[in-house]
Amino acid sequence: MNIVVLIKQVPDTWSERTLSDSDKTLDRASTDAVLDEINERAVEEALKIKEAGDAEVTVLTVGPDRSTDAIRKALSMGADKAVHVNDEALHGSDAVTTAKVLAKAVGTVGEVDLVLAGNEATDGRSGAVPAMLGEVLGWPSLTHANALTVENGTATVKRETDEGTCDVTSALPAVVSVGEKINEPRYPSFKGIMAAKKKPVSAIGIADLGLDAGEVGLAGSLTQVDSFAPRPPKSGGQKVEDEGDGGTKIAEFLVGQKLI
Amino acid sequence: MAEVLVLVDHVDGEIKKNTYEMLTAARRLGEPSAVVVGTPGTAAKLAEGLAAHGAEKIYVAESDDAVNYLSTPQVDALAALVERVSPPAVLVAAGADGREVAGRLAVRTNSGWLNDVVDLDGEREGTHSIFGGAFTVSARATTDTAVISWRGGSIEPEEHAGAGAQETVDVPAIDEATSAKVSNRAPIVGGDRPELTEANVVVAGGRGVGSADNFSVVETLADSLHAAVGASRAAVDSGYYPNQFQVGQTGKTVSPSLYIALGISGAIQHRAGMQTSKTIVAVNKDPEAPIFEIADFGVVGDLFSISPQLSEEVGKRSS
Repeated sequence: MNIVVLIKQVPDTWSERTLSDSDKTLDRASTDAVLDEINERAVEEALKIKEAGDAEVTVLTVGPDRSTDAIRKALSMGADKAVHVNDEALHGSDAVTTAKVLAKAVGTVGEVDLVLAGNEATDGRSGAVPAMLGEVLGWPSLTHANALTVENGTATVKRETDEGTCDVTSALPAVVSVGEKINEPRYPSFKGIMAAKKKPVSAIGIADLGLDAGEVGLAGSLTQVDSFAPRPPKSGGQKVEDEGDGGTKIAEFLVGQKLI
Repeated sequence: MAEVLVLVDHVDGEIKKNTYEMLTAARRLGEPSAVVVGTPGTAAKLAEGLAAHGAEKIYVAESDDAVNYLSTPQVDALAALVERVSPPAVLVAAGADGREVAGRLAVRTNSGWLNDVVDLDGEREGTHSIFGGAFTVSARATTDTAVISWRGGSIEPEEHAGAGAQETVDVPAIDEATSAKVSNRAPIVGGDRPELTEANVVVAGGRGVGSADNFSVVETLADSLHAAVGASRAAVDSGYYPNQFQVGQTGKTVSPSLYIALGISGAIQHRAGMQTSKTIVAVNKDPEAPIFEIADFGVVGDLFSISPQLSEEVGKRSS
């Protein structure tokens, strides 16, 4: 089995995030960056398949220089090698463009059987890039998996969203996105961390993918951000100490606001 | 006038409120055409409601396979219609399923995709509210067709009589090799409470609630107000309440008329999911809790005495 896991470095959701004034993109430089939690679950799932049989696990990321931290983490968990698509021209790519770039990058890993990804990144939150990648590749996408089995050339998942649950199955090759409940990712061992330093990381640019600068980034995107503004900060209103009548006071406030 | 496509969001023969918001927004750009993808007989049940909210046409894409494959039936039907009518926009609900449909449709038709839009003007300029409402962003698609995922609860749906002319469209056979087959569908039943993202009032509990059993205090208040129940990440991580009710950066974003936070400290993580609520009421023991910085009315005290008292007061006034 040849497995590719998509990973992504994102701004820590516990920090304040902002947009950059110059080109209206997410200001990634001003925040702490972490490997998106959900990606660790995707890596874990790939490693489980590898341990149960025979598989090679390649992690793939599209991002700036500091994405190497996320790559190192995935390699120290046990992934075999990495592809890092790093190109200035990619800055500002929208979801459609990102899906196209990812599809080209998956193509550099040979005959791939399975692409694993997190179901939704915490920064862009489009929650659809795995399905969009499937659409570009012409592969089925099995999304929001909280359980996955791969056998006899078929992938089967238990899918869970807010809308409900179902079983989903398809032939390989396929794209599978994993949800929060699929597993508990392992911590890298000391041995794993040392071994990761020797694992191959192939750094490539868009020219290696047969793309030119006009097809990606802000220039190649099919959407355009025209303006943005911070929301005026909401200021606190009245605050009272409960003196045994706190519930009544709230009721009076709600009546005053015509809410009850 | 240009036709604007709206994918009807429906479950068990009923239209979700979000569809009416999308029809309302679509009228700003042209004539709304509703697209019904479902099993045979679905459109007949939905037609009246769609016409009453402005649908001039109703495209009926019915087949038994409509429920047997993940997102492919919707993408196939919409892609064929985009090809045929060249709409300025296609609107799809921004739930987990709808976003997959929208994203795939954007790839297939090479259209710009605006995700999680909360407003739309007559020039196809979409408004997003991002990072939990910390920023408002205006964006548009530079392609002939814009694919727009619409966040429910963003605008008031308007009634508007449309012709509602039904037209059956061909449903292409599903390509097994590129599609994911679905079985054992089990929709989540929300019980009698309104859905979290569509509710007018949300009552949410946090770490301060202390246990799963104690969450009945939150539920009792919610039921007195016909509200949805929410929970902070701390409460969900502690196992007090199920994951699908989580409000915050890694959960749902809600924007109800009234949000009542019980025992929630109000970390950025949580505020990101609720700070655009119109009125916020907070109860917390800690007078320094950050939730008070954004609450319109805050009470420092014990939620276990305040919440039941409030439920009782609400009960008195509604009877």
